[in-house]
Amino acid sequence: MSSGDLIWTDDPPFAQNAKRAVDDSQLRRNVRKATATIRERRAGLVAETPDWQELRRAGAAIKDDVLHHLDEYLEQFESKATARGAQVHWARDADDANRIVTSLVQATGQHEVIKVKSMATQEIGLVQALGQAGIAAHETDLAELIIQLSHDRPSHIVVPALHRNRAEIRQIFLDGMADAPKDLSDDPHALAEAARLHLRRLFLKTKVAVSGANFAIAETGGLLVAESEGNGRMCLTLPETLISVVGIEKLIPTFRDLEVFLQLLPRSATGERMNPYNSVWTGVTPGDGPQEIHIVLLDNGRTRALADEIGRQALRCIRCAACLNVCPVYERTGGHAYGATYPGPIGAIVTPLMAGVEHAPELPFASSLCGACYEVCPVKIDIPTVLVKLRADAVKAKPHKAQDAVFGAAASAMGGRRRWTAALKLAPLMRFIRHGAPPPLSGWTRTRDLPDPPQESFREWWSKHR
Amino acid sequence: MSCSGWGRGPLEAVCGWRGPPHRKDTDMLRSWRLYDAPRMRVALFSTCLVDALFPDAGKATVRILERLGQPLEFPLEQTCCGQMHANSGYFEPNLVRRYVDVFEEYDAVVVPSGSCAGAIRHQHPLVARAANDEALATRAEAVAKKTYELSQLLIDVLGTDDVGAYFPHRVTYHPTCHSLRMLGVGDRPLRLLRNVRAIDLVELPRNDECCGFGGTFSIKNRDVSAAMLADKMESVIETGAEVLCAGDRSCLMHIGGGLSRIHAGVRTLHLAEVLASTEDTPL
Repeated sequence: MSSGDLIWTDDPPFAQNAKRAVDDSQLRRNVRKATATIRERRAGLVAETPDWQELRRAGAAIKDDVLHHLDEYLEQFESKATARGAQVHWARDADDANRIVTSLVQATGQHEVIKVKSMATQEIGLVQALGQAGIAAHETDLAELIIQLSHDRPSHIVVPALHRNRAEIRQIFLDGMADAPKDLSDDPHALAEAARLHLRRLFLKTKVAVSGANFAIAETGGLLVAESEGNGRMCLTLPETLISVVGIEKLIPTFRDLEVFLQLLPRSATGERMNPYNSVWTGVTPGDGPQEIHIVLLDNGRTRALADEIGRQALRCIRCAACLNVCPVYERTGGHAYGATYPGPIGAIVTPLMAGVEHAPELPFASSLCGACYEVCPVKIDIPTVLVKLRADAVKAKPHKAQDAVFGAAASAMGGRRRWTAALKLAPLMRFIRHGAPPPLSGWTRTRDLPDPPQESFREWWSKHR
Repeated sequence: MSCSGWGRGPLEAVCGWRGPPHRKDTDMLRSWRLYDAPRMRVALFSTCLVDALFPDAGKATVRILERLGQPLEFPLEQTCCGQMHANSGYFEPNLVRRYVDVFEEYDAVVVPSGSCAGAIRHQHPLVARAANDEALATRAEAVAKKTYELSQLLIDVLGTDDVGAYFPHRVTYHPTCHSLRMLGVGDRPLRLLRNVRAIDLVELPRNDECCGFGGTFSIKNRDVSAAMLADKMESVIETGAEVLCAGDRSCLMHIGGGLSRIHAGVRTLHLAEVLASTEDTPL
């Protein structure tokens, strides 16, 4: 079994990756500028929405209902979608899903597909899997196109090329896009026009499209994709065959529930009141749009996350990335440091929850637990609490002898009044290491002094003066 | 509950009590209290950090409350709330049990730390449940309900946002993430600071941004932590304040450690220390 591209290497070394990112001032500037822009737009829109907190509560409650009755909603979705002419497939993991999609494309006899931006297909590494089968998959989302042309990886859930500025993008187009004009400037309009012409040719000739979905509606068997560019709409309407890879947590019970989520999602994700394009399709409509519709329902660790009593709330996630945009850690490291398809605070919990914490034990520690993520989450995922719970799991899964000993000794010293009073006698020794301590405290004293220890502890003072 | 019930007014009238109490004053207060039922017993949970490294924040908390006529008890069996362990991946139900055993008998517990108060309220039941100890979780929830961060106790329990402090310095206030988001103290500390006589309180830019401490995060992810700290120090220095004030000695230890390293000349003081300062006994 393989979880695909969920994590890029086993046990991604966050601290090491983060150091590289922190030292890259261009990257930090790009990430800071982009996240600050979306953050401010979002804050303005939330402030003008009087029932924002009620919407958040409703979003969380609807998703919790789905998670508690996931089996029923999945079966309902399958039967409704099938009744409307879609074919539903079930994929346990990334390998399963890649195999299903590959054979579906092969059955059409085509060797090229166009792709709608989708986290689920990123997560399973679908483009690479199709490539191995001799099928070229073209990303059509502008940012995903930039990533694909530069053989890079996405660094953000909603804005995957956020770590690039327009000068870099111009160069990527010149190097990677055969039909890019030779005199291309770095003007955003010129860049968009070059991409538009390049993509238009693909839209008109390609017969198979692959997408994900933002929501799967159990009541109708329909899927929804929300996007900004309209390139997704092209993929969803022009080809003859449409294959959608959908995580099983994407379900919502009824069409009406979109009322809540289509208010929460655009405000949280891009800082807009509404997504410019919301495409909904339900099975096959004869004579209109793709006549062959496939839906691949993907587990790939989601049921593992569901089994975690505290962690399962992470499956409410609607992939808006608001938590990335407010995260002080993400702002300084960018997304690649997380070494996983899902970066940022939500990535630091869904990655270990889905892949198993033993494969990503550093990620739950990639946070100062400041709680900014929880504050903005449109479906109220208590990310800090899940992080703390996963830290305990990580320590159990990957014991660290020296650290275990330090915390064991501390807990023991704090286990009784006499022991604690004795331990406090050691505090004045800190005087000697204030400006340069041995490891592991050297991590502290490299950039900060330790405090000047007091003459007496608080309890000594209390006992003398009371 | 208003503070007059706890005697600043009546006491001043009866014995002219004013300012930080000497032993004699406290004794008088206690004997007077005997006739004043129901009596509220408030315990101080100093936190391990204040106990070991920053006793001044603890002493200041005692001074403020005694000035308001609310004596404190300090049960010596207390040690640590266990947050440091839990946030590092080591759940210590024994520390939760110790906290509950020690403080269960009091009417209220005051903590000079938003972070530890937050951990007691939100983490203790979690740690107890992770150890499958539902009875402890229930007790922990009950004690958590009567555990207050300093500004919460002053405003919500004792009913005052003016503690009669005097502090003639330029001060900027960092709200700290756990006070702000985990505990939700809101503007309580600022209300208290605004009522300090002669204070020059200046707003800290981007004050809701984390300073990068995060317990062991500051060591495990020292490069990211240092980058966050650098931005926070820049904001502090931008204000031209002489004093950086916060309700958490842990964040102040971090920012203060950075400020000390670059010789910025900015002091860090706990909220309690600023509030404890008076014209008679200035800090």
